[in-house]
Amino acid sequence: MTDPITFRPAAAGSQPDNNSPQYRSTGARHPRQALLGWAHTVTETTGPQFHPTHFPPIADLTAGGVMGERIIVRGRVTDEDGHAVPNTMIEVWQANAAGRYNHPGDTHDAPLDPNFSGEGRVFTDANGWYQYLTIKPGAYPWGNHANAWRPNHIHYSLFGTGFATRLITQMYFPGDPLLALDPIFHTVPDEAARNRLVATFDLDVTRQDYALGYRFDVVLRGRLATPMEG
Amino acid sequence: MPVATAFQTIGPYWHLLEHAEQADLTRFGAQGETIMLSGAIRDGNGDPVTDAAVELWQASPPADASFPGWGRARTDANGVYRFTTIRPGPVPGRGNTQQAPHFAITIFARGILTRLCTRAYFADDPRNGADPLLNLIDDPARRATLIAQSAGGTVWRFDMVLQGANETVFLDI
Ligand SMILES: [Fe+2]
Repeated sequence: MTDPITFRPAAAGSQPDNNSPQYRSTGARHPRQALLGWAHTVTETTGPQFHPTHFPPIADLTAGGVMGERIIVRGRVTDEDGHAVPNTMIEVWQANAAGRYNHPGDTHDAPLDPNFSGEGRVFTDANGWYQYLTIKPGAYPWGNHANAWRPNHIHYSLFGTGFATRLITQMYFPGDPLLALDPIFHTVPDEAARNRLVATFDLDVTRQDYALGYRFDVVLRGRLATPMEG
Repeated sequence: MPVATAFQTIGPYWHLLEHAEQADLTRFGAQGETIMLSGAIRDGNGDPVTDAAVELWQASPPADASFPGWGRARTDANGVYRFTTIRPGPVPGRGNTQQAPHFAITIFARGILTRLCTRAYFADDPRNGADPLLNLIDDPARRATLIAQSAGGTVWRFDMVLQGANETVFLDI
Protein backbone atom coordinates (compact mmCIF):
# COMPACT_ATOMS: atom_id res chain seq x y z
CA MET A 1 0.00 0.00 0.00
CA THR A 2 1.28 3.47 -0.92
CA ASP A 3 2.11 5.80 1.94
CA PRO A 4 -0.07 8.91 2.17
CA ILE A 5 1.55 12.16 1.01
CA THR A 6 2.32 14.23 4.09
CA PHE A 7 1.31 17.85 4.56
CA ARG A 8 3.94 20.58 4.48
CA PRO A 9 5.31 21.98 7.75
CA ALA A 10 4.58 25.63 8.52
CA ALA A 11 6.73 28.24 6.78
CA ALA A 12 9.15 29.97 9.18
CA GLY A 13 7.49 32.77 11.15
CA SER A 14 4.08 32.16 9.64
CA GLN A 15 2.42 30.66 12.76
CA PRO A 16 2.16 31.85 16.37
CA ASP A 17 4.16 30.23 19.16
CA ASN A 18 1.85 28.80 21.83
CA ASN A 19 4.31 30.22 24.36
CA SER A 20 3.60 33.92 23.74
CA PRO A 21 3.90 35.74 27.09
CA GLN A 22 2.43 38.99 25.73
CA TYR A 23 -0.86 37.04 25.57
CA ARG A 24 -1.10 36.25 29.26
CA SER A 25 -3.44 33.26 29.12
CA THR A 26 -0.78 31.25 27.29
CA GLY A 27 1.30 31.11 30.51
CA ALA A 28 -0.11 27.89 31.99
CA ARG A 29 -1.58 26.54 28.77
CA HIS A 30 1.43 25.86 26.53
CA PRO A 31 3.31 22.54 26.66
CA ARG A 32 6.89 22.80 27.90
CA GLN A 33 8.00 19.52 26.36
CA ALA A 34 8.94 19.45 22.69
CA LEU A 35 6.14 18.34 20.38
CA LEU A 36 6.60 14.82 19.04
CA GLY A 37 7.41 14.88 15.33
CA TRP A 38 5.66 12.28 13.26
CA ALA A 39 5.31 11.43 9.56
CA HIS A 40 1.63 11.71 8.67
CA THR A 41 -0.48 8.60 8.36
CA VAL A 42 -4.07 8.06 7.30
CA THR A 43 -5.08 9.52 10.68
CA GLU A 44 -3.61 12.90 9.75
CA THR A 45 -4.07 12.95 5.98
CA THR A 46 -7.78 12.17 6.06
CA GLY A 47 -10.35 14.18 7.96
CA PRO A 48 -14.01 14.84 8.49
CA GLN A 49 -16.11 15.80 5.51
CA PHE A 50 -19.21 17.82 6.27
CA HIS A 51 -22.40 17.89 4.28
CA PRO A 52 -25.03 20.65 4.33
CA THR A 53 -27.68 18.01 5.08
CA HIS A 54 -26.29 17.55 8.58
CA PHE A 55 -24.72 21.00 8.86
CA PRO A 56 -27.24 23.44 7.32
CA PRO A 57 -25.68 26.69 6.10
CA ILE A 58 -26.26 29.96 7.97
CA ALA A 59 -25.12 32.46 5.34
CA ASP A 60 -27.20 35.40 6.61
CA LEU A 61 -26.34 36.34 10.20
CA THR A 62 -28.60 39.40 9.95
CA ALA A 63 -31.88 37.50 9.58
CA GLY A 64 -34.56 38.88 11.85
CA GLY A 65 -33.30 42.44 11.67
CA VAL A 66 -30.10 42.91 13.64
CA MET A 67 -28.57 46.20 14.67
CA GLY A 68 -25.34 47.37 13.12
CA GLU A 69 -23.49 48.07 9.92
CA ARG A 70 -24.34 45.34 7.38
CA ILE A 71 -21.33 43.86 5.59
CA ILE A 72 -20.76 41.17 2.99
CA VAL A 73 -17.67 38.99 3.42
CA ARG A 74 -16.49 37.06 0.39
CA GLY A 75 -13.33 35.12 -0.24
CA ARG A 76 -11.66 32.06 -1.64
CA VAL A 77 -10.18 29.07 0.11
CA THR A 78 -7.13 27.59 -1.60
CA ASP A 79 -4.21 25.48 -0.46
CA GLU A 80 -0.46 26.13 -0.52
CA ASP A 81 -0.30 24.40 -3.88
CA GLY A 82 -2.68 26.98 -5.32
CA HIS A 83 -5.59 24.59 -5.69
CA ALA A 84 -9.12 25.61 -4.75
CA VAL A 85 -10.58 23.82 -1.72
CA PRO A 86 -14.14 23.07 -2.85
CA ASN A 87 -17.19 22.12 -0.76
CA THR A 88 -15.42 22.68 2.54
CA MET A 89 -17.24 23.91 5.63
CA ILE A 90 -16.39 27.28 7.17
CA GLU A 91 -17.74 28.19 10.60
CA VAL A 92 -17.69 31.83 11.74
CA TRP A 93 -18.64 33.48 15.02
CA GLN A 94 -18.47 37.05 16.23
CA ALA A 95 -19.51 39.75 18.67
CA ASN A 96 -22.48 41.94 17.86
CA ALA A 97 -22.16 45.53 16.62
CA ALA A 98 -21.77 46.76 20.20
CA GLY A 99 -18.85 44.42 20.90
CA ARG A 100 -20.80 41.88 22.97
CA TYR A 101 -20.97 38.13 22.40
CA ASN A 102 -24.24 36.26 22.87
CA HIS A 103 -22.42 34.19 25.49
CA PRO A 104 -22.93 33.81 29.25
CA GLY A 105 -19.21 34.32 29.83
CA ASP A 106 -19.19 37.76 28.20
CA THR A 107 -19.83 40.36 30.90
CA HIS A 108 -18.88 43.43 28.86
CA ASP A 109 -21.33 46.23 29.65
CA ALA A 110 -22.64 46.63 26.11
CA PRO A 111 -26.14 45.80 24.85
CA LEU A 112 -27.08 42.36 23.59
CA ASP A 113 -29.06 42.18 20.35
CA PRO A 114 -31.87 39.64 20.80
CA ASN A 115 -31.89 38.94 17.06
CA PHE A 116 -28.18 38.29 16.74
CA SER A 117 -26.71 34.90 17.63
CA GLY A 118 -23.35 35.58 16.00
CA GLU A 119 -23.03 32.12 14.45
CA GLY A 120 -22.52 31.50 10.73
CA ARG A 121 -21.76 28.44 8.60
CA VAL A 122 -21.05 28.36 4.88
CA PHE A 123 -19.58 25.96 2.36
CA THR A 124 -17.15 26.82 -0.42
CA ASP A 125 -18.38 26.26 -3.97
CA ALA A 126 -16.67 24.14 -6.62
CA ASN A 127 -14.01 26.85 -7.08
CA GLY A 128 -13.37 27.49 -3.39
CA TRP A 129 -15.47 30.67 -3.08
CA TYR A 130 -17.60 31.47 -0.04
CA GLN A 131 -19.73 34.43 1.02
CA TYR A 132 -21.90 35.48 3.93
CA LEU A 133 -23.84 38.51 5.12
CA THR A 134 -23.38 39.86 8.63
CA ILE A 135 -22.82 43.05 10.61
CA LYS A 136 -19.46 44.52 11.48
CA PRO A 137 -18.53 43.29 14.97
CA GLY A 138 -17.63 45.88 17.58
CA ALA A 139 -14.34 46.13 19.43
CA TYR A 140 -14.43 44.89 23.01
CA PRO A 141 -12.29 45.19 26.15
CA TRP A 142 -10.48 42.22 27.67
CA GLY A 143 -8.38 41.64 30.74
CA ASN A 144 -4.96 40.98 29.24
CA HIS A 145 -3.44 44.31 30.35
CA ALA A 146 -4.58 47.81 31.30
CA ASN A 147 -7.04 49.28 28.79
CA ALA A 148 -6.76 46.27 26.48
CA TRP A 149 -9.22 46.15 23.55
CA ARG A 150 -9.56 43.50 20.89
CA PRO A 151 -9.69 44.90 17.37
CA ASN A 152 -12.84 44.22 15.36
CA HIS A 153 -12.65 40.60 14.27
CA ILE A 154 -14.62 37.60 13.05
CA HIS A 155 -13.55 34.14 14.23
CA TYR A 156 -13.06 31.46 11.53
CA SER A 157 -12.97 27.67 11.66
CA LEU A 158 -11.96 25.62 8.60
CA PHE A 159 -11.39 21.91 8.10
CA GLY A 160 -9.99 21.33 4.61
CA THR A 161 -9.26 17.83 3.38
CA GLY A 162 -7.41 16.27 6.33
CA PHE A 163 -6.96 16.30 10.08
CA ALA A 164 -3.69 18.14 9.39
CA THR A 165 -5.38 21.01 7.53
CA ARG A 166 -7.63 22.10 10.40
CA LEU A 167 -7.44 25.86 10.98
CA ILE A 168 -8.88 28.23 13.58
CA THR A 169 -8.15 31.89 12.94
CA GLN A 170 -9.54 35.42 13.07
CA MET A 171 -10.31 37.90 10.30
CA TYR A 172 -9.51 41.53 11.05
CA PHE A 173 -10.59 44.79 9.37
CA PRO A 174 -8.38 47.19 7.44
CA GLY A 175 -7.39 50.47 9.04
CA ASP A 176 -8.18 49.37 12.59
CA PRO A 177 -5.97 51.37 15.01
CA LEU A 178 -6.25 48.57 17.58
CA LEU A 179 -4.30 46.14 15.36
CA ALA A 180 -1.01 47.82 16.25
CA LEU A 181 -1.76 47.25 19.95
CA ASP A 182 -3.25 43.74 19.89
CA PRO A 183 -1.02 41.05 21.46
CA ILE A 184 -2.96 38.19 19.85
CA PHE A 185 -2.57 39.61 16.32
CA HIS A 186 1.13 40.15 17.02
CA THR A 187 1.75 36.55 18.03
CA VAL A 188 2.23 35.89 14.31
CA PRO A 189 5.93 36.71 13.92
CA ASP A 190 6.06 37.36 10.19
CA GLU A 191 4.57 40.73 9.25
CA ALA A 192 3.31 39.60 5.85
CA ALA A 193 1.66 36.52 7.39
CA ARG A 194 0.09 38.75 10.05
CA ASN A 195 -1.24 41.19 7.51
CA ARG A 196 -2.88 38.38 5.54
CA LEU A 197 -5.29 38.09 8.50
CA VAL A 198 -6.61 41.55 7.62
CA ALA A 199 -9.48 41.58 5.12
CA THR A 200 -9.43 44.11 2.30
CA PHE A 201 -12.25 46.49 1.45
CA ASP A 202 -13.63 45.43 -1.93
CA LEU A 203 -15.91 47.63 -4.01
CA ASP A 204 -16.77 44.65 -6.22
CA VAL A 205 -18.17 42.81 -3.20
CA THR A 206 -19.93 45.95 -1.96
CA ARG A 207 -23.61 46.03 -2.94
CA GLN A 208 -25.03 49.42 -3.92
CA ASP A 209 -27.41 50.97 -1.40
CA TYR A 210 -27.08 47.90 0.82
CA ALA A 211 -23.77 46.83 2.36
CA LEU A 212 -20.00 47.31 2.24
CA GLY A 213 -18.02 44.32 1.01
CA TYR A 214 -14.82 42.79 2.33
CA ARG A 215 -12.58 40.16 0.77
CA PHE A 216 -10.90 37.55 2.96
CA ASP A 217 -9.01 34.65 1.41
CA VAL A 218 -7.75 31.68 3.38
CA VAL A 219 -4.87 29.36 2.50
CA LEU A 220 -4.79 25.84 3.95
CA ARG A 221 -1.72 23.62 4.14
CA GLY A 222 -0.46 21.98 0.96
CA ARG A 223 1.20 18.63 0.44
CA LEU A 224 4.92 18.14 0.83
CA ALA A 225 5.21 16.60 -2.62
CA THR A 226 2.87 16.25 -5.56
CA PRO A 227 1.53 12.71 -5.82
CA MET A 228 2.61 10.83 -8.90
CA GLU A 229 -0.26 10.42 -11.33
CA GLY A 230 -0.95 7.04 -12.92
CA MET B 1 4.28 29.87 -3.30
CA PRO B 2 1.31 30.74 -1.06
CA VAL B 3 1.77 30.24 2.69
CA ALA B 4 -0.92 28.76 4.92
CA THR B 5 -2.99 31.28 6.88
CA ALA B 6 -1.89 31.85 10.48
CA PHE B 7 -3.78 30.40 13.41
CA GLN B 8 -5.36 32.65 16.03
CA THR B 9 -6.79 31.45 19.31
CA ILE B 10 -10.33 30.06 19.41
CA GLY B 11 -10.87 32.36 22.42
CA PRO B 12 -13.41 32.02 25.24
CA TYR B 13 -16.57 32.54 23.17
CA TRP B 14 -16.36 29.65 20.66
CA HIS B 15 -19.51 28.14 22.24
CA LEU B 16 -21.50 30.29 19.80
CA LEU B 17 -20.92 27.46 17.35
CA GLU B 18 -21.33 24.66 19.88
CA HIS B 19 -24.03 22.09 19.21
CA ALA B 20 -24.03 19.62 22.07
CA GLU B 21 -25.16 16.73 19.87
CA GLN B 22 -21.84 16.93 17.99
CA ALA B 23 -20.22 15.17 20.95
CA ASP B 24 -22.25 12.06 20.05
CA LEU B 25 -20.78 10.47 16.92
CA THR B 26 -23.42 7.73 17.01
CA ARG B 27 -26.33 10.14 16.52
CA PHE B 28 -26.82 9.26 12.85
CA GLY B 29 -27.32 5.57 13.64
CA ALA B 30 -23.77 4.22 13.44
CA GLN B 31 -23.30 0.48 13.97
CA GLY B 32 -20.53 -0.91 16.16
CA GLU B 33 -19.37 -1.03 19.76
CA THR B 34 -20.60 2.19 21.36
CA ILE B 35 -18.25 3.61 23.97
CA MET B 36 -17.84 6.84 25.92
CA LEU B 37 -14.50 8.66 25.97
CA SER B 38 -14.25 11.17 28.76
CA GLY B 39 -11.59 12.97 30.73
CA ALA B 40 -10.46 16.12 32.47
CA ILE B 41 -8.06 18.73 31.12
CA ARG B 42 -5.74 20.56 33.52
CA ASP B 43 -3.33 23.43 32.95
CA GLY B 44 0.17 24.04 34.31
CA ASN B 45 -1.23 25.29 37.62
CA GLY B 46 -3.30 22.15 38.07
CA ASP B 47 -6.48 24.09 37.40
CA PRO B 48 -9.25 22.62 35.26
CA VAL B 49 -9.46 24.05 31.74
CA THR B 50 -13.13 24.96 31.69
CA ASP B 51 -13.47 26.70 28.34
CA ALA B 52 -11.84 24.29 25.88
CA ALA B 53 -13.20 22.93 22.62
CA VAL B 54 -12.11 19.30 22.32
CA GLU B 55 -12.32 17.65 18.91
CA LEU B 56 -12.11 13.96 18.16
CA TRP B 57 -11.26 12.42 14.80
CA GLN B 58 -10.99 8.74 13.96
CA ALA B 59 -10.15 7.17 10.63
CA SER B 60 -11.76 3.89 11.74
CA PRO B 61 -14.50 2.89 11.27
CA PRO B 62 -14.52 4.82 7.97
CA ALA B 63 -16.80 7.86 7.97
CA ASP B 64 -20.05 7.45 6.06
CA ALA B 65 -23.59 8.78 6.13
CA SER B 66 -24.27 7.14 9.49
CA PHE B 67 -20.91 7.93 11.11
CA PRO B 68 -19.16 11.33 10.83
CA GLY B 69 -15.84 10.19 12.36
CA TRP B 70 -15.60 13.64 13.97
CA GLY B 71 -17.02 15.21 17.09
CA ARG B 72 -16.65 18.32 19.19
CA ALA B 73 -17.28 18.68 22.92
CA ARG B 74 -16.89 21.43 25.47
CA THR B 75 -15.11 21.07 28.78
CA ASP B 76 -17.41 21.77 31.72
CA ALA B 77 -16.81 23.61 35.01
CA ASN B 78 -14.58 20.70 36.13
CA GLY B 79 -12.59 20.67 32.91
CA VAL B 80 -14.32 17.46 31.81
CA TYR B 81 -15.28 16.59 28.22
CA ARG B 82 -17.38 13.63 27.06
CA PHE B 83 -17.75 11.89 23.69
CA THR B 84 -19.95 9.01 22.67
CA THR B 85 -18.58 7.16 19.68
CA ILE B 86 -17.80 3.80 18.07
CA ARG B 87 -14.68 1.97 19.21
CA PRO B 88 -12.16 2.19 16.35
CA GLY B 89 -10.19 -0.67 14.84
CA PRO B 90 -6.57 -0.57 13.67
CA VAL B 91 -5.55 1.50 10.64
CA PRO B 92 -2.50 1.24 8.36
CA GLY B 93 0.70 3.00 9.35
CA ARG B 94 3.48 3.99 7.00
CA GLY B 95 5.25 1.22 5.13
CA ASN B 96 3.98 -2.19 6.17
CA THR B 97 3.11 -1.17 9.72
CA GLN B 98 -0.25 -1.24 11.46
CA GLN B 99 -1.36 1.38 13.96
CA ALA B 100 -3.17 0.28 17.09
CA PRO B 101 -6.74 1.61 17.43
CA HIS B 102 -6.66 5.25 18.47
CA PHE B 103 -8.43 8.59 18.43
CA ALA B 104 -6.82 11.82 17.23
CA ILE B 105 -7.65 14.46 19.83
CA THR B 106 -7.36 18.22 19.41
CA ILE B 107 -7.63 20.88 22.12
CA PHE B 108 -8.52 24.45 21.23
CA ALA B 109 -8.90 27.04 23.98
CA ARG B 110 -8.33 30.59 25.13
CA GLY B 111 -4.59 30.83 25.78
CA ILE B 112 -3.80 28.29 23.06
CA LEU B 113 -2.91 30.15 19.89
CA THR B 114 -2.87 27.20 17.52
CA ARG B 115 -4.08 23.80 18.70
CA LEU B 116 -2.75 20.96 20.79
CA CYS B 117 -2.94 17.54 19.15
CA THR B 118 -2.54 14.17 20.76
CA ARG B 119 -3.81 10.59 20.51
CA ALA B 120 -5.78 8.32 22.81
CA TYR B 121 -5.10 4.56 22.63
CA PHE B 122 -6.90 1.80 24.58
CA ALA B 123 -5.14 0.33 27.63
CA ASP B 124 -6.44 -3.19 26.95
CA ASP B 125 -5.25 -3.43 23.34
CA PRO B 126 -2.23 -5.74 22.84
CA ARG B 127 -1.48 -4.03 19.52
CA ASN B 128 -0.23 -0.94 21.41
CA GLY B 129 3.13 -2.70 21.82
CA ALA B 130 3.72 -2.61 18.07
CA ASP B 131 2.28 0.86 17.43
CA PRO B 132 4.86 2.98 15.55
CA LEU B 133 3.92 6.25 17.26
CA LEU B 134 3.86 4.87 20.78
CA ASN B 135 7.23 3.26 20.12
CA LEU B 136 8.74 6.67 19.38
CA ILE B 137 8.28 7.53 23.07
CA ASP B 138 10.97 5.92 25.22
CA ASP B 139 9.84 7.10 28.65
CA PRO B 140 7.03 4.78 29.86
CA ALA B 141 5.51 7.58 31.94
CA ARG B 142 5.33 9.83 28.89
CA ARG B 143 3.93 7.02 26.75
CA ALA B 144 1.27 6.40 29.38
CA THR B 145 -0.16 9.89 28.77
CA LEU B 146 -1.52 8.60 25.45
CA ILE B 147 -3.36 5.62 26.95
CA ALA B 148 -7.04 5.80 27.84
CA GLN B 149 -7.90 3.68 30.88
CA SER B 150 -11.02 1.63 31.34
CA ALA B 151 -13.43 3.30 33.73
CA GLY B 152 -15.72 0.27 33.78
CA GLY B 153 -18.19 -1.02 31.22
CA THR B 154 -18.01 0.94 27.99
CA VAL B 155 -16.49 4.07 29.55
CA TRP B 156 -12.88 5.08 28.81
CA ARG B 157 -11.07 7.77 30.74
CA PHE B 158 -8.50 9.98 29.01
CA ASP B 159 -7.20 12.94 31.01
CA MET B 160 -4.87 15.54 29.53
CA VAL B 161 -2.38 17.90 31.16
CA LEU B 162 -1.33 20.94 29.13
CA GLN B 163 1.86 21.71 31.03
CA GLY B 164 4.19 20.57 33.80
CA ALA B 165 4.19 17.31 35.76
CA ASN B 166 2.50 14.50 33.80
CA GLU B 167 2.31 16.77 30.75
CA THR B 168 0.56 14.96 27.90
CA VAL B 169 2.64 14.11 24.85
CA PHE B 170 1.48 16.53 22.16
CA LEU B 171 2.20 15.91 18.50
CA ASP B 172 3.71 18.14 15.85
CA ILE B 173 1.01 17.57 13.24
FE1 LIG C 1 -13.40 37.37 19.76
